[in-house]
Amino acid sequence: MNFLRKIFEETGKLVEKGKPLSWAYPVWEAADTIFFSTNKQTSKGPHIRDNMDIKRTMFFVVIALIPCYIFGAYNIGYLNALAMEIERGIIGNTIFGFTYVIPILIATFVAGAICELTFAIIRKHEVNEGFLVSCALIPLTMPPDVPLWQVFIGTSFGIIIGKEIFGGVGTNIFNPALTSRAFMYFAFPTKISGDKVWAVGPDGYSGATALAIPANPVEYDTASNLFAANTQFDYSTVNMFWGLIPGSIGETNKLLILFGAFFLIYCGIASWRIMLSSVLGLVFTALLFNLLNYLTVDGILQAGGFPNAMLTITPLQHILIGSFLFGTVFMATEPVTSSHTNTGRWIYGFLIGVLTVIIRSINPAYPEGVFLAILIMNMFAPLIDYYVVQANIKMRLARNV
Amino acid sequence: MELFNSESKKIVSDPINVNNPISLQVLGICSALAVTIRLDQAIIMTLAVVFVLCSSNVILSLIRNYIPTRVRIVIMLSVIASLVSVVDELLKAYLYDMSKQLSVFVGLIITNCIIMGRAEAFALKHGPSKAFLDGLGNSMGYGLIIIIVSFFRELFGAGTITLPDGGAGYVLWRIPESWYAAGYENIGLLVLSPGAFIILGLVIWIQREFAGVEEDA
Repeated sequence: MNFLRKIFEETGKLVEKGKPLSWAYPVWEAADTIFFSTNKQTSKGPHIRDNMDIKRTMFFVVIALIPCYIFGAYNIGYLNALAMEIERGIIGNTIFGFTYVIPILIATFVAGAICELTFAIIRKHEVNEGFLVSCALIPLTMPPDVPLWQVFIGTSFGIIIGKEIFGGVGTNIFNPALTSRAFMYFAFPTKISGDKVWAVGPDGYSGATALAIPANPVEYDTASNLFAANTQFDYSTVNMFWGLIPGSIGETNKLLILFGAFFLIYCGIASWRIMLSSVLGLVFTALLFNLLNYLTVDGILQAGGFPNAMLTITPLQHILIGSFLFGTVFMATEPVTSSHTNTGRWIYGFLIGVLTVIIRSINPAYPEGVFLAILIMNMFAPLIDYYVVQANIKMRLARNV
Repeated sequence: MELFNSESKKIVSDPINVNNPISLQVLGICSALAVTIRLDQAIIMTLAVVFVLCSSNVILSLIRNYIPTRVRIVIMLSVIASLVSVVDELLKAYLYDMSKQLSVFVGLIITNCIIMGRAEAFALKHGPSKAFLDGLGNSMGYGLIIIIVSFFRELFGAGTITLPDGGAGYVLWRIPESWYAAGYENIGLLVLSPGAFIILGLVIWIQREFAGVEEDA
């Protein structure tokens, strides 16, 4: 450790103010604080004595994501082996998957680092660690066969438009990782809109993802029967929970996402209120739609022409298909763009759940609705906070009179 | 005539650069979003706006001493509307394909805030030659931005660069098939209106950076 400290002290002298290399200070500072806690002292309040600075917080999020990466890689290999009808074994599948995951990861980090460093040098601020988390999240939201140049453009867009033009980490309105996901969704719909299957397979290998199956029923049926009738992939509830289904790299295994959720809640990083309330919102809306479907189909309302297999998806299936859990655990809880008051968090999360089901079920154009729901609620989070605070002020004033 | 002294130069160059109607005053955004899908549309639209703005400024400036203040808006509108009708008919007569593509947006030049704004703010207070220069500067400033935006939208959104000709447009350059075969894809987002907003925002950002404009926080 002393050796490392010495290197940083020596190189630190090169980038001090006034030296010719001083423009590179942000780079040095970023590398230094990865290994050592900062030795800067605050001169004005607030003085917080805690080792959990932004960098450590962000690192914990990255740690929570690692299992998703490993399983994502395994799943790519597993599905590929299934399609090619070969045996490769667990290790072989994982290695095969990593040959797809690592290039995406590298493309993301190169794009993110270029944008982040450019802005840090121009604006003369320190490199913000937020980009590590954004860049760690982006590959997990990508299909395995996405072209790398698209990843590069999408990441740059997310970092610049989603974050830097608002002034960097802490002042952004929208989650940068989701901004880049949304950009890619609308910019390159043929590759990532979520209706065709996302697996690496032989040419012409395609099918519908779990979300698209009930959206295009051949004839009216319930979603569960449609899932069961699909023989290409096993869309049983158990299988969807274990994540052996096609999808974005990080979203499929629900157990590991739950593990990440508990880890983040235990470390005090993510808000359990947002996660819980978004699940509640989703269950509530899904049940409402089930009821609506029951009433119209089974003859009480006689609406006629209303049947929509998406309305028959049960709440449990809604949670298990698509990327709802991944979004709500890792994206919706981002501390900067979510609500900051506890009451606000309940409202914010609940509406994410509601909007997710509405976009999935009612809108035939978009198979997946989680990222749109979270982005919409990102936009409203400050408004929710404002009214929560105002309501509190009013209540206390009324009590005092 | 004081056409070429520094003051009149400023009248023309300011709206093109440091006081651009779109990127600094943020006027005329609706048509900037609507007609920037293809470069040829933007060029024709620019010509139409140059004609309407210059003529309306000159006409209104000539009659400015006879317009009662109370009814000036009505008079301004009727002058502008007649000029727009002339442009619309000319397009229909000589560039029928283009006029079909531009559809209502030629007619909507009437509601373009830049034209009313310049008439109200400049033409009614200055002589015809200055008013003409002001009209020229502002319409060129408008045209410059929409041509830049449409260039990028068409190139990355549709993969072509189209110049106006008598018919449906002359394709100057098209992204070769070999690029698509190598995995290139058009960015579909840019064809949609949000794409125009994003490009316009970036143009505004870059231009303000160069013009050195700081907005009060």
